[in-house]
Amino acid sequence: MAILNKDEARSILEKVMKYSQSEECEANLNGNAGGNIRYALNTVTTAGQVNDTTLVVQSGFGKRVGTATVNEFDEGSIEKVVRRSEELARLAPENPEWVSIEGPHKYGASRAYFESTDSIDPDYRAKAAAGSIEPAKKNKATAAGFLEDGTSFQAMLNSKGLFAYHIDTGCDFSVTMRTDDLTGSGWATSYANDVSRLDTEATSQRALDKALMSRDAKALEPGKYTVILEPNACVQLISNMAGAFDARLADEGRSFLSKDGGGTRLGEKMFDERVTLYSDPLHPDVPVAAWDQDGRPRERVVWIDKGVVKNLFYSRFWAQEQKVAATPPPGNGIMEGGKKSTAELIKSTERGILVTRLWYIRTVDPQTQLYTGLTRDGTFYIEGGEIKYPVKNFRFNESPVIMLNNLEELGTPERVSAGNPIMMPAMKIREFTFTSLSDAV
Amino acid sequence: MDRRRFLKLTGLGMGTLAVPVSGRVIAAEELLSPGDLAHKQKLADMALDAAKKAGASYADARVGRYLNQFVVTREKNVQNIVNTESYGTGIRVIANGTWGFAATNDMKPESVAQAARDAVAIAKANSKFQTNPVNLAPNKGAGKVSWATPIKKNAFEIPIKDKVDMLMEVNSKAMANGADFINSIFFLVNEQKFFASTEGSYIDQDVHRLWAPFFVTAVDKETGKFRTRQSLSQPVGMGWEYLDGDAAEKVPGVTNRYRWSYDMVEDAIAAAKQAKEKLTAPSIEPGKYDLVLDPSHLWLTIHESVGHPLELDRVLGYEANYAGTSFATLDKWKSRDFQYGSKLVNLYADKIQPGSLGAVAYDDEGVKTRQWDLVKDGVLVNYQAIRDQVHMLDQKESHGCCYADSWSSVQFQRMPNVSLAPGSKPLTPDEMIKDVEKGIYIVGAGSYSIDQQRYNFQFGGQLFYEIENGEIKGMVEDVAYQSNTQEFWNSCAALCDKSDYRLGGSFFDGKGQPGQVSAVSHGSSTARFDGVNVINTARKIG
Repeated sequence: MAILNKDEARSILEKVMKYSQSEECEANLNGNAGGNIRYALNTVTTAGQVNDTTLVVQSGFGKRVGTATVNEFDEGSIEKVVRRSEELARLAPENPEWVSIEGPHKYGASRAYFESTDSIDPDYRAKAAAGSIEPAKKNKATAAGFLEDGTSFQAMLNSKGLFAYHIDTGCDFSVTMRTDDLTGSGWATSYANDVSRLDTEATSQRALDKALMSRDAKALEPGKYTVILEPNACVQLISNMAGAFDARLADEGRSFLSKDGGGTRLGEKMFDERVTLYSDPLHPDVPVAAWDQDGRPRERVVWIDKGVVKNLFYSRFWAQEQKVAATPPPGNGIMEGGKKSTAELIKSTERGILVTRLWYIRTVDPQTQLYTGLTRDGTFYIEGGEIKYPVKNFRFNESPVIMLNNLEELGTPERVSAGNPIMMPAMKIREFTFTSLSDAV
Repeated sequence: MDRRRFLKLTGLGMGTLAVPVSGRVIAAEELLSPGDLAHKQKLADMALDAAKKAGASYADARVGRYLNQFVVTREKNVQNIVNTESYGTGIRVIANGTWGFAATNDMKPESVAQAARDAVAIAKANSKFQTNPVNLAPNKGAGKVSWATPIKKNAFEIPIKDKVDMLMEVNSKAMANGADFINSIFFLVNEQKFFASTEGSYIDQDVHRLWAPFFVTAVDKETGKFRTRQSLSQPVGMGWEYLDGDAAEKVPGVTNRYRWSYDMVEDAIAAAKQAKEKLTAPSIEPGKYDLVLDPSHLWLTIHESVGHPLELDRVLGYEANYAGTSFATLDKWKSRDFQYGSKLVNLYADKIQPGSLGAVAYDDEGVKTRQWDLVKDGVLVNYQAIRDQVHMLDQKESHGCCYADSWSSVQFQRMPNVSLAPGSKPLTPDEMIKDVEKGIYIVGAGSYSIDQQRYNFQFGGQLFYEIENGEIKGMVEDVAYQSNTQEFWNSCAALCDKSDYRLGGSFFDGKGQPGQVSAVSHGSSTARFDGVNVINTARKIG
């Protein structure tokens, strides 16, 4: 039951419309089926599988809207959920920011479903864990990792005739290797919609290499350094900043994209001209549904073009107020880069620090997009174009806005992991601010 | 529900409205209908039998009904009213000495039995790679028992109109007192959990929690500066009575703080004035300061620098791939002289404090809950551990801190309430401040970050007041303090007495893969920490 094809999903959603007595009705049907395995201390610790399917019905009378859902799909249950959402709509106060539901759209089709991933079984997961644990044991290291796979679908239909369907698969793998003398730690991750493109053993080897290389780190003074941030080290800072491309917050004066004295910084050059960031649901390496959760089509949108803020995203209400197109928030992200590998970025660095990942990133000041966090699982000093030795982890306090103005070089974009369908290059940044040292390994 | 989905649902994250994408949303009155105990027991027995027949040496089944209600507003508008329900069964088994878990929302008896067999099949598949068989501490079956959070007013019974009216008053008072924007929310939780195990437990629990946060923002359009002040409310394991605004539960001072009853309207008025004041408050001079930390702030520092590092699974390496490990290693504990903090510092864990988020009678593997010491007179004395872990500490009984955030999640060791015992000598916050020459008084929790072994941390706050020669000089801004856990707790120089003891807490403590949240409280009285490094967080962007 968990995964329905397009026709099966449509058939259930049409029943919702048949029972609806509201002025406007919109129904979403979502399902997922997946499994996972977790290991630590070189042994499997937990594993499981979960299936779930949910029908969400939103009914509207004028500006009053109510929502109800159910996870049973017989005729009686479907009628019941429709009646419930109608009751809630009558109880709700009018929302002055109400906007009528979307009419039909044509959507692109992204290819995100792969049979190979859909057919993963517990044995596959167990073998992936074993293939990670074995090399750890041989190298006096301890592996802790997690593999999660699943198939999910989303479908929607509304009383104006809008219908949308998307199905995808994904397999996410991450592993931390720690040397048995507890002085070295390495981490690596990989993600694929098509599991035949996922190499968990190679990922494990990358983590192991980092762990072995990072033993007996030296302490450097905190301060401003040139850094090479690997894609997984940059991604959260950049995606946090992109998450703040909300037009309403900017218009209201409470965003880093608000202009002093009123208005927004749309159209301003705020970043180095090599910075271009866009979203495209049909991108083959980061495919996502070509429609937003309220049915708006996701098109290719350039958010930052050669350093210039090009677009902000809007709720449908705010777009109506501002009399602009209601661009939905991005479903994925692609930051353009260059052709260099991380190794080549290192080669062209006289003095700097290579950062594998950043951890526990939290906003310090939304006004300047200032974030704090720490380096983790592989931090190295570079001199004369070579990695010289591992260094102790640092705490940073830095803004991606400042970072993207202090850009030295960009690497080749690559897909980063799971929750982030994002293509991100490694970045060489000057004057990155480390504010204290950490003893953590 | 994780924090990200909560933000999405409430529209706080993206400034947009969203419908829930999972969980069954139901009419308010349905949330009050009691679950059928006999039916749950029958389902659970069916699962346990199926697991045993498939070869499990141990099994537990959790039939869970998880209810939430949100009322989400901004300024004059109600943005969303949502009732959610999630119902299903999770079955955990041991087969061939290995854990297996499966969950289903298909509550037909044969489907639940199939999920139990799936859990056994998973355990068997993984047992090939298992090196250390599961070693469960003994736990006597509880028989048929039940427990409910001792609430005075069931928040789910309060009409939606009353909730909307209250938030509209909060918002309008904030706007009338200088706020440019406000988001305010009621977030109600009811976990109806039925636990059964092959050891003879049938435990039915009805757990209630409540949170009433708001976020007030003031904007200076001229300079483009904006500042937000969050509510000083705390999430609690209480009913609607928390929102009565009982004057006897107010703690007066530079701003009112709240003990067991919260005055949301009063706090919103204060927040609006303070958000405006923050726009022009002077920027802090970085350096060493003595910090006076209010319980509304200190709970988060306790959470990050004591709660997490003393989770035994982290100490041992089970969380290495996600949240990390811990500096508080077993050798430090075995030495019996690891000075975690100064001699004043006594930290204890519990799942029993009335009104706390962690309070239940039994944990999610059927163990009776209790209180125990973690740090005694500054020395590390124990950890947090569950049934399959305590043997590693040469202890015979689980501490009773196992939790799963849903029927669909596997239960594992989660942080209980972890609290700092108040000082034994009479001392008020005002008296504490009088002894400080150069310091900062911090109220409310803000930005927080700590490394993966819990050494180096950085915390912000909501309100910062500079102290000079024993007196509060005025508000300052751009404050964050950085320290090292052991250094920080050893700098603890004074503790207010128990009359100042209050709880803070989090609805969204994250841990595990796949990620799970849990709600946890941390109590303390106001505490002083000497010579802590304070940085200035102001920056300029082009």
